[in-house]
Amino acid sequence: MKARIKIMLKSGVLDPQGAAIKQALNNIGFENVTGVRQGKVIELEVDGPNKSEVRSEIESMCNKMLANTVIENFEIEVF
Amino acid sequence: MKAAVIVFPGSNCDRDLAIALEMVGFEVSKIWHKNSHLEKNIDLVAIPGGFSFGDYLRVGAIAASSPICKSIISHGERGGYILGVCNGFQILTETGLLPGALLRNNGLKYICKTIDLKVETSDSIFTNRYNRSNVIKLPIAHHDGNYNANMKDIDRMKDQGLIAFRYCENPNGSIDDIAGILSPNKRVLGMMPHPERAAEQAHGNVDGVRFFKGLADIVSFA
Repeated sequence: MKARIKIMLKSGVLDPQGAAIKQALNNIGFENVTGVRQGKVIELEVDGPNKSEVRSEIESMCNKMLANTVIENFEIEVF
Repeated sequence: MKAAVIVFPGSNCDRDLAIALEMVGFEVSKIWHKNSHLEKNIDLVAIPGGFSFGDYLRVGAIAASSPICKSIISHGERGGYILGVCNGFQILTETGLLPGALLRNNGLKYICKTIDLKVETSDSIFTNRYNRSNVIKLPIAHHDGNYNANMKDIDRMKDQGLIAFRYCENPNGSIDDIAGILSPNKRVLGMMPHPERAAEQAHGNVDGVRFFKGLADIVSFA
């Protein structure tokens, strides 16, 4: 099964890379961009009996290692 | 007095840290991260700076899942002393031994320079040779030193005197100018500045010497 995890900094956490990207977009003429947040996407291939078990296993992977829940939120999609 | 300096792929301050600890009388062994056990009777675990696992995923995240980290966590839970410098601090937050996380510097630049640091408590083995409010100079060298934690943790650390060092001029966006923090029992310290790079005359700065002399007061906790 394939899965995709989207990891983003929590909304209260300052994202200096997002701020730099916004500034650069404004500088090349996209002045209507008023906010940018940068995150990461991780794609996994996982063996498992069904989507819901795979999803709960990936949730555990996120909590243990793939995301740092002090500063990040994650969303999981299983295909 | 025995210290273990943990070595990960990408650690690069392990030798400096070992030398600084040896200078104050520690018998130092370097432990490869794949070992699952520390030697017996280790008094201090020291996690050095560097770029463990190339800073992949998040700084310190992959190192925190190395086999040795389980033993480091139980050493901490038994009341053992643990020091994490720079990447070592990042690893300590990822293991949960210290609260919060280190984010990308707010200026996005890697910063390598000597900065002024205020000692916020002398009530720990790491800081007992300084006086509170002493201003010392130590080098920093990091890309991700922007300390972040929820306000509840920050308030608790302030109330319990667990903030060890603050920057005099905040270089990286850290909340409340925090440069180093202690665990509630004051036996685990994480800090971004490098005392081991200011530990002998040849470094041109000896403000870190008192830091290591304090560590030499460690009494074996058995």
